[in-house]
Amino acid sequence: MTLLQFSFYLFSAILVFAAGMVVTVRNPVKSALFLVLAFFSAACVWITLQAEFLAIVLVLVYVGAVMVLFLFVVMMLDIDLARLRAGFARYLPVGGLIAALLAAEIVLVIHGTFPADLYSPPIVDSTGHSNTKALGSVLYTHYVYAFEIAALILLVAIVAAIALTMRKRPGTKYTHPGRQVKVRREDRLKLISMKAEGKSAQEGTT
Amino acid sequence: MIPLSHYLILSAVLFSISIVGIFLNRKNVVILLMAIELLLLAVNINFVAFSHYLQDLAGQVFVFFILTVAAAEAAIGLAILIVLFRSRRTINVDDLDSLKG
Repeated sequence: MTLLQFSFYLFSAILVFAAGMVVTVRNPVKSALFLVLAFFSAACVWITLQAEFLAIVLVLVYVGAVMVLFLFVVMMLDIDLARLRAGFARYLPVGGLIAALLAAEIVLVIHGTFPADLYSPPIVDSTGHSNTKALGSVLYTHYVYAFEIAALILLVAIVAAIALTMRKRPGTKYTHPGRQVKVRREDRLKLISMKAEGKSAQEGTT
Repeated sequence: MIPLSHYLILSAVLFSISIVGIFLNRKNVVILLMAIELLLLAVNINFVAFSHYLQDLAGQVFVFFILTVAAAEAAIGLAILIVLFRSRRTINVDDLDSLKG
């Protein structure tokens, strides 16, 4: 068994274990942390496929951004765990049966369609092969419109997420710039002309 | 060398685990979102494996776009979840029946 095979099977086992824990563990925080483990081992599996750029993107984007978002949300919400877990044992047989059937069917199809010697293992060009460079040269020429649409989708997601969660708190003090500019002197300041008082009168009062 | 079918079987197992996760945690929206992320990951493994074995970069470009859309989906989904929790004080799917006639 070569190092490549060993690492593939090791990380696949970790990936499957972590995925199983994500859906069965009781606490959503632990579930999110197991999802982080799953993404890490999936990134390692992708590295065995020489997709280094996507593996790093998976770690940076998913573990760095999306999972932190998940953890924030899970910790912000005050969830009644017992009610959410109700029916877990009842659905387990049906769900497990359907998942086992699904997996068995897919594996049967894969064995029929893709025998082990269908594709010869690709030749690895170890001299200066850069997955990132190859991907970039395709992405910015052939798929440039799709790339721009992806940027637009991210922009829409940012705007939507902020617009959904922003709220005006009652009692916060803030300045309204338009009203601040439009204010006139007469609204704020009143000049009263009054008679100047003499020195003797001041002394008389004290 | 690892045959292509092993990657496909790994992806199929991951997909099935996510399906069973959707069955088991059908009341908890947070776990449902996590199971959807796992489904997308399983599909992505297929894409990357085929891209490697067919020596075609289009698969990896597609994974790139799936990652983008999945990140946007997670952000908007969690935002909706927070708004939901703020107004209903619950994320239990059973309690979200105000549209029911």
